[in-house]
Amino acid sequence: MSDTPNRQSEALLSVRSLSVEFGTGSGPFKAVKEVSFDVQPGKTLAVVGESGSGKSVTSLAIMRLTDYTGGRITGGQVLFRPNGGEAIDLVQASDTRLREIRGNDIAMIFQEPMTSLNPVFTIGNQIAETLILHQGLNGREARLRARDLLQKVRLPDADRLLDRYPHQLSGGMRQRVMIAMALACNPKLLIADEPTTALDVTIQAQILNIVRDLQQEMGTAVIFITHDMGVVAEMADDVVVMWKGEKVEQAPVRDVFASPQHPYTRALLSAVPRLGSLTGQPLPKRTPVMVMDGGVAKPVGGTHEQNTADYTKPILQVDKLTTRFDVGKTFFGRVTHRVHAVEEVSFDIYPGETLALVGESGSGKSTIGRTLQQLVEPTGGTVRFDGRDMAAMSQADRRRLRQEIQYIFQDPFASLDPRHTVGYSIAEPIIVHGLIKDSKARERRVHELLDQVGLQPQHAKRYPHEFSGGQRQRVCIARALASDPKLVIADESVSALDVSIQAQIVNLLMELQERRRLSYLFITHDMAVVEKISHRVAVMYLGQIVELGSRQAIFENPQHSYTRKLLAAVPIADPQRERAKVRIEGEIPSPVRPVGQEPAIHRMREVAPGHWVAIEADSLRGAA
Amino acid sequence: MAGFIFKRLLQAIFVILAVTLIVAFAIRLSGDPAVMLLSGGGNVTEQDLQNIRQALGLERPFHVQYLGFLEGILVGDFGKSFMGATPVSALIAQALPATLLLAFVSLLISIVLSVPLGIYAAVHRGRWPDQMIRILSLVGLSFPNFWLAIMLVLLFSIVLGILPPSGMEGPESFVMPALTMATILTATNVRLVRTSMLETLSQQYIMVARSKGLRDRVVLYKHALRNSAIPLVTYIGLQFGSLIGGIVIVERVFNWPGMGTLAFDAISNRDYPVLQGTITVLALFIILINLLVDIAYGLIDPRIRTE
Repeated sequence: MSDTPNRQSEALLSVRSLSVEFGTGSGPFKAVKEVSFDVQPGKTLAVVGESGSGKSVTSLAIMRLTDYTGGRITGGQVLFRPNGGEAIDLVQASDTRLREIRGNDIAMIFQEPMTSLNPVFTIGNQIAETLILHQGLNGREARLRARDLLQKVRLPDADRLLDRYPHQLSGGMRQRVMIAMALACNPKLLIADEPTTALDVTIQAQILNIVRDLQQEMGTAVIFITHDMGVVAEMADDVVVMWKGEKVEQAPVRDVFASPQHPYTRALLSAVPRLGSLTGQPLPKRTPVMVMDGGVAKPVGGTHEQNTADYTKPILQVDKLTTRFDVGKTFFGRVTHRVHAVEEVSFDIYPGETLALVGESGSGKSTIGRTLQQLVEPTGGTVRFDGRDMAAMSQADRRRLRQEIQYIFQDPFASLDPRHTVGYSIAEPIIVHGLIKDSKARERRVHELLDQVGLQPQHAKRYPHEFSGGQRQRVCIARALASDPKLVIADESVSALDVSIQAQIVNLLMELQERRRLSYLFITHDMAVVEKISHRVAVMYLGQIVELGSRQAIFENPQHSYTRKLLAAVPIADPQRERAKVRIEGEIPSPVRPVGQEPAIHRMREVAPGHWVAIEADSLRGAA
Repeated sequence: MAGFIFKRLLQAIFVILAVTLIVAFAIRLSGDPAVMLLSGGGNVTEQDLQNIRQALGLERPFHVQYLGFLEGILVGDFGKSFMGATPVSALIAQALPATLLLAFVSLLISIVLSVPLGIYAAVHRGRWPDQMIRILSLVGLSFPNFWLAIMLVLLFSIVLGILPPSGMEGPESFVMPALTMATILTATNVRLVRTSMLETLSQQYIMVARSKGLRDRVVLYKHALRNSAIPLVTYIGLQFGSLIGGIVIVERVFNWPGMGTLAFDAISNRDYPVLQGTITVLALFIILINLLVDIAYGLIDPRIRTE
């Protein structure tokens, strides 16, 4: 065991029976219960868990930052040995002593790169601040050192960056700045709280690489807080699994994946979508999910091939769809720049089929969804639903189309009206489209829908805040199904959910597809989920489709360099697997262009029946 | 930036036109200045009144009078007062500094009080210092300023006899009028700083600043305050208008030789040129302050600067 006195004396950080409480209206809430673990010098410890597991609170409590969030450390010790000698208990340390340690011996990186830098100070100023405070450098020395740090995190043009403000940088660049700032004083321990969760997958791969390289170079120990088992497999030496505020398992990374001991760990691992898990299989597949039921993991659902697609006549035909938005105007209101969100995109969706639209931020995938749902007017191209041209439809027909195409949004918290019961929200599309006039029959229909999505009829009277995130997404699905649509657009609908919930919702979507012959346009950035759910895949890059083909073709025989890059960037939840050799570099270019500079439209080539690949320009090949 | 200021100046011209037109029109509904001038002068004939109207140029049609006034503004000539024929610009030149000085001193006191108090309340949200500050600010809001002014005079001038009850002589004469004005300003500003600060303190970059090991004071006054300043600056700009409105009453109570007193007397005397002149100048100042506020946004927040 890791608690033997011998190991303890080597540990850089020993957390002992740490408990943290928050005061709430209904009494104290124990967020962290008697958690213990050690961090060895230069090693990486991953703390994994889902929302509410207490992993983030634990990470804040180490430097007693919970003091500022209303949390109270009610017991335990955090023993820190910065120089291998006498241990300091950070729980008991004076504020002055803590401030000397924060940012100097222990540094932290947070989840949201967009909000973790102060918008009103320059990058240089924010990095130099730590150096001036802890290392006693003067302004000029600190600036020089800040420039070196920016180069270390592989930011180009470090000199100019020093005088830039955070809003002028992309999310990936900001996270690198954050890393530079955290590593400024050569800390012994770096705490990284979900540092890549908000980033695109190719950017995530770059950030993980930088953290790994710098950790080796500087000998820093890292506590990596994450919910992503793929990231754990790639980064960690040891793993602590947390569940409902408690540590349920701790082991070296290979052991956790190979022989998980606690039922929760087993459930968690079974829910993790693994890239390559369906290799060799032509159709998507439902697989059972392990769900925790009173301390035991129980399998839910069966294995079922998703043979639902009917390729005789498409339900939706999109031809050369183009959507642009005007930005940047001169003083006299003339447009100077446009966002080329979608450029001449063509695809079909067949009844009972799931087409996945994958891509990173700025790829235009969400704009396509919004255009089909008539939330955005297209600039050009045609969309045919059931053979009828959308542009030629009357107002009444267009309204009817909204009934046949439904939308499930990413954020189940924001897409339900908090002042209405969920029963009302589900009934609304029925009322709006005048589908069922009789209120009793309508109520029956709502109950039926709730039942179909795995909720109970009596839930209809409750309000959104009474549900968990996963249940809310079920409500959103019920609402989308209320008007009996043929096509459902799911825009990142499972991205914000915990993996165990995510796996259940994916299964639910697939089950509903089979039962109702639904077609899905599944918009996402998550390749592993795509592999599980989709029949065909379209890969988008900068507003255009670069590769389109069957799921098997895209995953097993990717042709376009961007598709390959995207697949290589996905962290695989398997520590045995060797890390991808390809080094991914480069930012995603901006889709904003000056008026008059139209992007070149890729020509597509059919490499195999139904497998289309864009003919690559040299620039893109070079970037991959 | 130049384009922005140009746009604002265009707007300002329309604002001035609208304000002056309303003022010029409205005051002419309030009565005849000729009657005012001759009241108490014994036998007044219709001919006397006619002569005075003629002398003051009041027999001309309204649009002619108004256009004449506008023409005057362009060359900085607001005409002469009906009372004693002093040039209006000279009256304003005398009164304006007194009012501006009082307004800025009041604002300054209010900012110096409300920023630390608001921050303190935000940091101690829900605990007793926060409750105390919120209760006090509500009490401050509940006082009508004229009542507060009179109470201050009662206490400091009549009972204690340590402050002059009226007039503008020396720094001690500022204490009561500025305190009266500042009380209400502070009461609202404290709440604004508190709310805005709470919003900022929940941001991730504040936690980042703390994780760097910065002192609380640096976190609050360097990292948080500037981010909370935008709503505060906006509000102060808007407040300036009501501040000027409030100052008329306070100047009256303390017999302060400012624009408020000037305007008040002008209304009582139906002194059209003086009233039109003072209102125009005050409107110009409010426009100017709001322009400065817009420029200040850019200085505070680089995101606005680059837009």
